[in-house]
Amino acid sequence: MSDDSLIGRGVADGGRLFRDWFAALERAAAEGRPSAYVFVMGSLAELLRAFDINLVFPEINSLQTAVRRVAHEYLNEAEDYGYSPDICGYVKADVAVQLRKGAHPMGRIPPPSLAVLTNACNTYIKWGEIWERMYGDVPVFTLDVPGTRTAGGETWPGDPDFARDRDYVLRQIEELIGICERVSGRRFDIDRLREALGHANAMGASFKQVLDLNRSRPAPFNAVTDGTIYLGVANGFRGTPEGAAYFRDLVEELQHKIDHGLGTLRDEKYRLVFVGVPCYPIFRRFNEMFVEWGGAFVSSTYLWFASGGANLAWTYDLARPLESLAEGVLVSVRHAMDAMFFQDRMVAGMLAPYAIDGVVYHPIKSCRTVSTGLADGRRALTDETNIPSLFIESDMMDRRVVSEAQLKNRIDAFFEGLATKRAR
Amino acid sequence: MVTPLLERRSGQSLEEILAEAQAVVEDADFPTVRRWREAGGKVVGHFQVYFPEEIAHAAGLLPVKVRGARVEARRAEARFGSYLCSILKTSLELALSGRLELDLFVSHPICDAARNLAAVWGRNRSYPSHILYLPQNASSPHAAGYLRGEYDRLRRLVEAVAGRPVTDDDLRRSIAVFNENRRLLRRLYAIRRETPWKLAVHESYALTALAGLVPREEHNALLAEAIPLVEARAAKAQDRIRVVFEGGFCEQPPLDLLRTIGDSCYVVDDDLLIGLRWILEDVDADGDPLANLAHAYLERSTYSPVQHDPRKPKERMLLERIQSSGASAVIVTAAKMCEPGLDEQVAYSRALDEAGIPYFVSEFEERMTTFEHLQVQLETFVENVLFS
Repeated sequence: MSDDSLIGRGVADGGRLFRDWFAALERAAAEGRPSAYVFVMGSLAELLRAFDINLVFPEINSLQTAVRRVAHEYLNEAEDYGYSPDICGYVKADVAVQLRKGAHPMGRIPPPSLAVLTNACNTYIKWGEIWERMYGDVPVFTLDVPGTRTAGGETWPGDPDFARDRDYVLRQIEELIGICERVSGRRFDIDRLREALGHANAMGASFKQVLDLNRSRPAPFNAVTDGTIYLGVANGFRGTPEGAAYFRDLVEELQHKIDHGLGTLRDEKYRLVFVGVPCYPIFRRFNEMFVEWGGAFVSSTYLWFASGGANLAWTYDLARPLESLAEGVLVSVRHAMDAMFFQDRMVAGMLAPYAIDGVVYHPIKSCRTVSTGLADGRRALTDETNIPSLFIESDMMDRRVVSEAQLKNRIDAFFEGLATKRAR
Repeated sequence: MVTPLLERRSGQSLEEILAEAQAVVEDADFPTVRRWREAGGKVVGHFQVYFPEEIAHAAGLLPVKVRGARVEARRAEARFGSYLCSILKTSLELALSGRLELDLFVSHPICDAARNLAAVWGRNRSYPSHILYLPQNASSPHAAGYLRGEYDRLRRLVEAVAGRPVTDDDLRRSIAVFNENRRLLRRLYAIRRETPWKLAVHESYALTALAGLVPREEHNALLAEAIPLVEARAAKAQDRIRVVFEGGFCEQPPLDLLRTIGDSCYVVDDDLLIGLRWILEDVDADGDPLANLAHAYLERSTYSPVQHDPRKPKERMLLERIQSSGASAVIVTAAKMCEPGLDEQVAYSRALDEAGIPYFVSEFEERMTTFEHLQVQLETFVENVLFS
């Protein structure tokens, strides 16, 4: 492959993989093969793949309706069904998908044979209860993952409290294995799990490398736009050879760009951290409002929590797959939660390595998990570091609460402030 | 027993007891907590919904239920974005304004907003702020063992705050005190079911809410005095419909809202302050007290929209509450911006439609001040039920 053809490969391959993935879901729906509804924070993909169970990510299905500008149709349908305008838009879009028997702009979504959710987000649990009501006998398994109890209070292997949490997760995974055996009609094969864990190890190492490569100046990728594609692959292809290969290739592409001084922007003026969830209803335009000022998103908390903590690159011990899976799930999902609830610490840790000029907080109506603590996190970060920041509210799904003109006014004012500060 | 925190006289009439209870419950300066602290006591603030208060009590601490207040959240508003329930903001406001002084704050991941609260609280106050991860996989055979471990962690935490060890015997004594409290609260609710004309919902609420503001021994003494007076109350049954009030598990409606509902209906059961009544039976006093508390939380408990337990589908539990209380209709309400409550309204409405039980859907906020509109709507609903 010539050097030139490397550039843009990650975006193109990501798009192709995603289309293939949705096509596979459509085939699964047609053939009646088992599908598990899972979430990005604690998908248990490695385990489910060992049973050849298809993964369906309702969060990704929902955000795709927003990116494709049809979310309002789905939201309206769910609100007509009875759901409030004040609840999670992802849930409502999925309710409408289910009411439409899986009809979705990317293809037909199969009904669940199983749902696996964690407590990383309470809405996951309420969402699962909706499926329990819709699908009766379909098992809905809630995997409890104890989070960090107080700021800075994480426990690690060797601590009895960590061992208790790990054992609780492990026992639950063993329960889930029994359910997977029933749903798939296959016996658990630890070597299949080992294989998936190996692919996840390879992908995790490359994923972390990708994030680290964006410390370069100029940054080789946009953490919001390109990053969302990477996240899709990281979640949808976790535990597969395709996922591992994608990120290995991505490292090659980004390294090539760095070696040749090629950034995501031609003229990178300001390096930004994005904190929150993207504004999918105007996804491209949202980014343009920053790019117009030379603002590049070089890092984001989204890449941390929406990858289920893959940024930690937890390495599974293949000699003891189940125990190590429990440890990895505990540590990674806990880290994803920390990236939301204790986000001020995470962002503070990004400032120097990524040479950050400003922090953009984007709380959204639809997601209280991510958004509730952002204003206070911003206050704490400002007190500690005095880093310039922007606080803009909109939504990830609902265009009724996205005001492009207001966003632009605030963004322009933010950059004017950055420019003034730099000129001093 | 320590000096009582309520300023009561012996031989008070029921009306005097109720008036004081309502005044204390609505006082956003928390006079009882203030008196406790002035006497040198330490305080654990626990956010809604359920908290194993016995563990804090066993350490000699005062467990105080943090349930918001009717205050302007001027400082707290700046620390939160939009689209959030009021209770989150006013609870933090109580801490920021110094109205409620604590030595430890504990919240629970009951919802997406509340699970952020411990982090926000911890960034703004110097005393410890912790999250208690109650199990959301309640039907797992491993949940009780995990929860027992969490309670042991909590024991260590309160020991550090109290500066003294908490023995199993301390815990057993506290469990006995709380068992007595649970029995008294069950009697109070039995009066509401059997003779609702003797105790209005807002009166019952005030008596119950005091549990989160004074030591349980004092609450027990108050209930033991008040309940016979309620039972002896000379009140006549009126021609009102019997309703269940559902949606008060976290943010609390103002007393005037409950009073307004009580003007049109007999509220014969509710989920107000359900955390104080979460455990339905006595907790075993023998054996391992922490394991007994964990077992009771999971196996001898009621339901709420913020606990996931596939053995207790919420709509089925609501239908059982309606049946056991002899209600003929339901007020299905939710606090504004309360995602679990709003989610549940859909399931409740559909189940009630299917069961042919009339219901009235509404939203409320703890700081609302006008109730005329609600009153008119409610009266229309009642007329429809009575004459349909």
